[in-house]
Amino acid sequence: MLEEFGRAGFLLLFALAFPLAPILISVLLGALKIRPKHPNPVKSSTYECGVETVGDAWGQFNVRYYIIALLFVLFSVEAVFLYPWAVAFRQLGLFALIEAVLFVFILFVGYVYAWRRQALEWL
Amino acid sequence: MALLARWYDVRDLGNAVAGLMDALRDAGASEGLLYVVAGLLGALGILGFVGFTSVINIWVERRLIGRIQVRKGPNRAGPWGLLQPIADAIKLIQKEALTPKLADSAVFTLAPIVIFVPAILAFAVLPWGEGMVLADLNVGVLYILALGSTSAIMVFMAGYASNNKYALMGSMRVIAMLISYEIPTVLALLGVVAFAGTMSLSGIVAFQETHWSWLIFFQPLAFLIFLFGASAELNRSPADIAEAESEIIAGYHIEYSGMKFGLFYAVELVNVMAVSAIIATLFLGGWWTFGLNEFVPGWMLFIGKVYAVYFIFIWFRGTLPRFRIDQLMAFAWKFLLPLSLVNVLLVAVEVFIWTEYEISAGIVLPIFAVVNFVLAGVLIAGWARVMTRNYERFPRRARLVSEIDVPLPAQSGSAARAEA
Repeated sequence: MLEEFGRAGFLLLFALAFPLAPILISVLLGALKIRPKHPNPVKSSTYECGVETVGDAWGQFNVRYYIIALLFVLFSVEAVFLYPWAVAFRQLGLFALIEAVLFVFILFVGYVYAWRRQALEWL
Repeated sequence: MALLARWYDVRDLGNAVAGLMDALRDAGASEGLLYVVAGLLGALGILGFVGFTSVINIWVERRLIGRIQVRKGPNRAGPWGLLQPIADAIKLIQKEALTPKLADSAVFTLAPIVIFVPAILAFAVLPWGEGMVLADLNVGVLYILALGSTSAIMVFMAGYASNNKYALMGSMRVIAMLISYEIPTVLALLGVVAFAGTMSLSGIVAFQETHWSWLIFFQPLAFLIFLFGASAELNRSPADIAEAESEIIAGYHIEYSGMKFGLFYAVELVNVMAVSAIIATLFLGGWWTFGLNEFVPGWMLFIGKVYAVYFIFIWFRGTLPRFRIDQLMAFAWKFLLPLSLVNVLLVAVEVFIWTEYEISAGIVLPIFAVVNFVLAGVLIAGWARVMTRNYERFPRRARLVSEIDVPLPAQSGSAARAEA
């Protein structure tokens, strides 16, 4: 199995080379003075629809994004647990079926609770 | 020449590579060298496909969207505008690339490069033909899903490093949307994995071959959920709130110019090819096409299917208007998620019946197909009806607001709370 991952590793080399090549060509064109490079304070300021930039963007952000992220963590952990179950399901039989139904049911209760508490609304 | 001494069907690239491998082995190459050569050849083939399609698809997509929207699309550069992608590339590569003074320049430059890695790596596990797979991982589906979810980080790198409020807003929206649609798509593929009993993509294609049917017939609900979920995750037009021009100008790549912007443009096309290829493999049989693959090389059929799915994505993009972010989030959390949970349970019960009572696949699979199609229709139509019961349906004439006793869509949430 490690051999197979190694082959995917060869593709990783190419996957890095593929976007690097145009960037390097672009840099080369810059070195040959074909590509212009005349920065000035107005050009290299942050774009904010023409008005002058106030402060920077690295500040606080709306909390609703974090609620979505919390919900995502719950459900993606569920999915991670269910994948091995899905592969081994044929050998395990009734026990695995009941187990999975219980597992999904408990999550479903949580899901209904989150919905009732308006966690799914984008207010 | 050992290579020419044997006859290989040259239409099949897998045979050509196998022939080359045999020739090298006859010449006395060690196993390690063979492994490296085979890996590099396969990776080069995939890279060639990705590179060629990401260039030609600029033209394909713009032409097709033009036709859908009753205009011509690019038609000046070269015959039928075929040279348009090359003209675009030349323009982008010699443009001045600006980096804002306030930006984190290292991360700013790194983001468009690393965003390609998950998009291209997803192709590694796809079977292009019988035995034509670069890395036949036994966790193939999980590998693809893991790669798909990492692209959120790259987008956030771009948005955060720009130090621009619009860029940060765009990337936050991308993350919120990606992780919301991650759950229905993952659960939809869970149904496929449970039905086929394996996570290896060539194993799933082999399952479809042994049972002489595509998985779309057994998993119509999972197919639809994955199609909609994936088309949202691709950040393309019906769901392109991340770069909504009329709201946040260009979202996370607002500060990018020159070739760095071009890379963001190209990675979108690579991503859509990757997702089309995944759908073609999992639901449309990959290279296997009801015995047609005996006569036509599997990789040609596979690429044909990939383009068929790609056409659906272009169709979505050409016809649907952009959704609001609350509509998209509600669609993921309130519509697709319950349906995908139901689908998982349905598959569990079906597979249990199938294996526990040892019914032959010939009898049980057609029944499952019919049951699943009916249930998918009932569930989608029924749940859509339940969810939209507060909305006015088919008004027959123009009315005053005071005549409408149902709450308007924007007020339905607050009205329901006032009643409770």
